Amino acid sequence: MAGKTVTTLTGSGIPLRGNDIDTDRIIPARFLKCVTFDGIGEHAFKDDIKGLAAKGETHPFADDRFAHAAILVANQNFGCGSSREHAPQSLKRWGIRAIIAESYSEIFYGNCVSLAIPCFTADHETCAKLQDAIESNPDAQFTVDIAQSTVTGPCGSITLQIQSGAQSQLLDGSWNARASLLENLDAAKAVASNLPYVSSYT
Amino acid sequence: MGQNLYHKVFDRHCVAQLPSGQYQLFIGLHLIHEVTSPQAFAMVREQNLNVPFPELTFATVDHIIPTTGAGRQRPLQDPLAEEMLQHIEQNTADFGINFFSPEKGEQGVVHVVGPERGLTQPGMTIACGDSHTSTHGAFGTLAFGIGTSQVADVLATQTLAMAKLKVRRINFTGALQSGVYAKDVALAYINRLGVNGGVGYAYEFGGEVIERMTMEERMTVCNMSIEGGARCGYVNPDQITFDYLKGRDYCPEGEAWERAVADWQTLASDADADYDDIIEIKGEDIEPFVTWGITPAQSVGVGQNLPAVDSFAEADQIVVREAYEYMSFEEGQPIAGTPVNVVFIGSCTNGRMSDLREAAKFVKGRKVAEGVRALAVPGSQEVARQAIAEGLDKVFDEAGFQWREAGCSMCLAMNPDQLQGNEISASTSNRNFKGRQGSPTGRTLLMSPAMAAVAAVEGKVTDVREHLEN
Ligand code: SF4
Repeated sequence: MAGKTVTTLTGSGIPLRGNDIDTDRIIPARFLKCVTFDGIGEHAFKDDIKGLAAKGETHPFADDRFAHAAILVANQNFGCGSSREHAPQSLKRWGIRAIIAESYSEIFYGNCVSLAIPCFTADHETCAKLQDAIESNPDAQFTVDIAQSTVTGPCGSITLQIQSGAQSQLLDGSWNARASLLENLDAAKAVASNLPYVSSYT
Repeated sequence: MGQNLYHKVFDRHCVAQLPSGQYQLFIGLHLIHEVTSPQAFAMVREQNLNVPFPELTFATVDHIIPTTGAGRQRPLQDPLAEEMLQHIEQNTADFGINFFSPEKGEQGVVHVVGPERGLTQPGMTIACGDSHTSTHGAFGTLAFGIGTSQVADVLATQTLAMAKLKVRRINFTGALQSGVYAKDVALAYINRLGVNGGVGYAYEFGGEVIERMTMEERMTVCNMSIEGGARCGYVNPDQITFDYLKGRDYCPEGEAWERAVADWQTLASDADADYDDIIEIKGEDIEPFVTWGITPAQSVGVGQNLPAVDSFAEADQIVVREAYEYMSFEEGQPIAGTPVNVVFIGSCTNGRMSDLREAAKFVKGRKVAEGVRALAVPGSQEVARQAIAEGLDKVFDEAGFQWREAGCSMCLAMNPDQLQGNEISASTSNRNFKGRQGSPTGRTLLMSPAMAAVAAVEGKVTDVREHLEN
């Protein structure tokens, strides 16, 4: 039941500047009223887009220049806030296939791994350089390489960081943890039988 | 060198190390709600999987449920909300999972219901598709918020793939001043360590301030661990924990209870336990806090003025500027005196009995200020029953508050309780994110229930310490 392996991804970029961009901004709560993730990509950053439009500005996710982007470059603590998988689901369905940022909230990072979205980290200067490069040439193509942990594009090849667990899961197709968890179901049952509370301390 | 609770509980639940290097952890209590579970059940069905431990999962409905009696008539007026409610009813029935439904009088915010029923017990691992699962850490549990794919993992295997965390001990020494509450303690450590200071960590809260706290106060402190970026937060179990749990529905009784307590006592961190980091915050230094921005770390003591943009590290200045613009506040202005339009008392942070009692003290015999819309929303139907038995509903009602039925309500406004336009809300919830309370331009000031109550009667942010003689 291993998923597809993810080795490299190529596409144009989209810059999203600022720290602490939370999951409520990625997908406002009213769009969580759904029982499937279908169609959720349309609502990514809905309120931020509206808010900027009211001031005559354009949010990157509403900017035609980035409409086909696949590689998102953000800053610190990206995806903080709620555990809602709706957030990475909406980015994925919008078209995002890889993310580069200074840091992530952990729940968001884990959710991305289970959707096979590689999340790389890089320092502030690198993220800013990539964001500038994308803005000056929105059509430029970037390739992220999971094994090498690099992004290659108009700025040359840049080394990024990726958590080693996530890296191996993407490379061998085990990013959906469920298959390996299921393999150990008997061992899980054995652990349960040794937990005093599972049998109410009888 | 002794061990801390995190490692003791982790080791007990560890099933295996996975090829990815992560650990497979058995989950002793799985809580689910209507927003993050339907897709997980769909994943389980798609893969033709079973739920091997249905008796370890408990469900309720909280996020979408209206909080007025009329609004709760079925079918719910909002067809999407009705569909979500039907899904959780059907999914729990199909898989033999206990559903704490409104009809049975057992419904409430998932993190209020678990502890009040005695489901949350020391030494457990707990998971829920909700970031504020950290609340349950108050009992000495490892409690994790998880995504929907992981909810499916827990349903299908009762386990999760998890990396090992570092542990940061946060010692709150001394005592709190009067007028300073558990909520202020939470806002204080987030202000000090930042919204991502906890990434990679479990927070262990201790010190005299925490040791003296009631379980409800400890829940408030642990609830906001996630706002500080920590994956979970906990307090070591002690006599206060055991006294709270004794006699609750799902707790062991008689000799089993004695065995449970003996076991729980072994799980607390050893006196010489090792930590990856230790921080001290003096209880005396904590003021009543109010957030002024769009992250829970953007806060000031109620007596202070809003900070200058250039007092922040350069990397943070973008979000600070964004906060000022969004909130329409100016650097240097005092937070006290800020007019509020709405007051929300409730949520899994501050929707328990002690929160309602504390707020009621400050509204009793007074009136909500002209033009202010004020809501008191109990965290569960059980809290509502107790509050009514104590007459708190009348106190709120007579002061001009709307007394509501249990649910998440205006904490995230997925039900009809929402801010309008750019209203300012004094809220006892945990997030002041842009648009969090239902209006894309709505503004949230987080504070304690006592501070929110005083804001309601004054119509503006006011130092609760000026009202303490009441
Ligand atoms: S009360 Fe708020 S934070 Fe708590 S579970 Fe409900 S929506 Fe989430």
